[in-house]
Amino acid sequence: MSIVENPSRRGALKCLAYGGAGTLFTLSGGVLLASDLAQAATRKGHHAALGTPLFVQLSDSHIGFAKDANPDVAGTLRQSIALVNGLPKKPALILHTGDVTQLTKPEEFDMAAQILSGLAVTELHTVPGEHDVTDGGAAFMERFGKPSNNRGYYSFESQGVHFVALINVLNFRPGGLGILGDDQLAWLKDDLSGRPSSQPIVAFAHMPLWTIYEPWGWGTGDAEQAFALLRRFGSVTVLNGHIHQIVSKVEGNITFHTARSTAFPQPTAGNGPGPGPLKVDAAMLPGMLGITSITYARHPAAATVTDTPLG
Amino acid sequence: MILRTLTYALFAATILFSAPAMADDANTVTIKNFDYSPMALTVSAGTTVTWHNLDGEPHTVVSVDGLFRSAALDSGESFTFTFTKSGTFKYVCSIHPKMVATVTVK
Repeated sequence: MSIVENPSRRGALKCLAYGGAGTLFTLSGGVLLASDLAQAATRKGHHAALGTPLFVQLSDSHIGFAKDANPDVAGTLRQSIALVNGLPKKPALILHTGDVTQLTKPEEFDMAAQILSGLAVTELHTVPGEHDVTDGGAAFMERFGKPSNNRGYYSFESQGVHFVALINVLNFRPGGLGILGDDQLAWLKDDLSGRPSSQPIVAFAHMPLWTIYEPWGWGTGDAEQAFALLRRFGSVTVLNGHIHQIVSKVEGNITFHTARSTAFPQPTAGNGPGPGPLKVDAAMLPGMLGITSITYARHPAAATVTDTPLG
Repeated sequence: MILRTLTYALFAATILFSAPAMADDANTVTIKNFDYSPMALTVSAGTTVTWHNLDGEPHTVVSVDGLFRSAALDSGESFTFTFTKSGTFKYVCSIHPKMVATVTVK
């Protein structure tokens, strides 16, 4: 009898889940995470996924860009998608951490959608970059705004992991970094409240949620308020884009990671006039573009972030 | 003699026809190297200001108080706005919010 059909067993295991027991369970049907139990207890007829889940992050496709640093961003996005489709294990879902387009143009959104439809995995979750919302957000929300009721922030579950999509490119402050804003932070507080600390969290947003290089705006001014809410969780993975290179750090239970672009690289912090496209030798370009994969160990829940270059 | 007259005429014409161009430069902001130049522009009410993006990167011109907003300007593209009210108007690039400048209208 499965756990969801037996309430007393479900209740007992739910208590264990909220108590944060990371014990290895063996039930008919397979191994379940403590956090999965809390989920399974509230969902009818659903069995948590078996095995280790795999999620993939794409970022900064900049469809519409056609300058020296990469005259064919559509082509390198297609190559990135081919890389995803060729992974030995099929991802459960894809995240796109923004700058889908270069100039917010409708034809750029159309082309991006057409190319992204080549993904073998159809579950795609998107957050905008600053290039996507130069019109105030209308064009992006028309295509991708439904999950968030056009607010830009939303959350969802997959394989026992709680995903939080954040937007930090709309309410910018002049001279400052990205901003989450009070409404979004209030929503986040509400969204996370009551969740077991053992549940893995993935928070994704376009601009880095920690300050990597303030002079180039690589950071989010009010992100500390978000981390005050996230710190209690045992496994938090923060996935960002924007800087077109990998920068990562681990702080307590939080893993921070920015992704390569599928379009073009940028200079490392401070090594250029500004955070713009960096032209490299054609032979070097594929190695500076790529995708990011996130897998989870089960007991205890711990994320592993892996970057794969295009070439 | 004719040559001298022609020379003077040409000289006068150059002065005449360059005057409007000089006035245009005074109402122009150049965007280059992630900077607005000049960073503080002063114009009289009724002036149309033109922003030229000469940078490799796209930029926008967005007033902080919501008065004006350009589309994303690719390299070589321009945006114009006519200032009717007096005051100091701060604006920023929404793609690179570190870029801040002002137009003061007298």
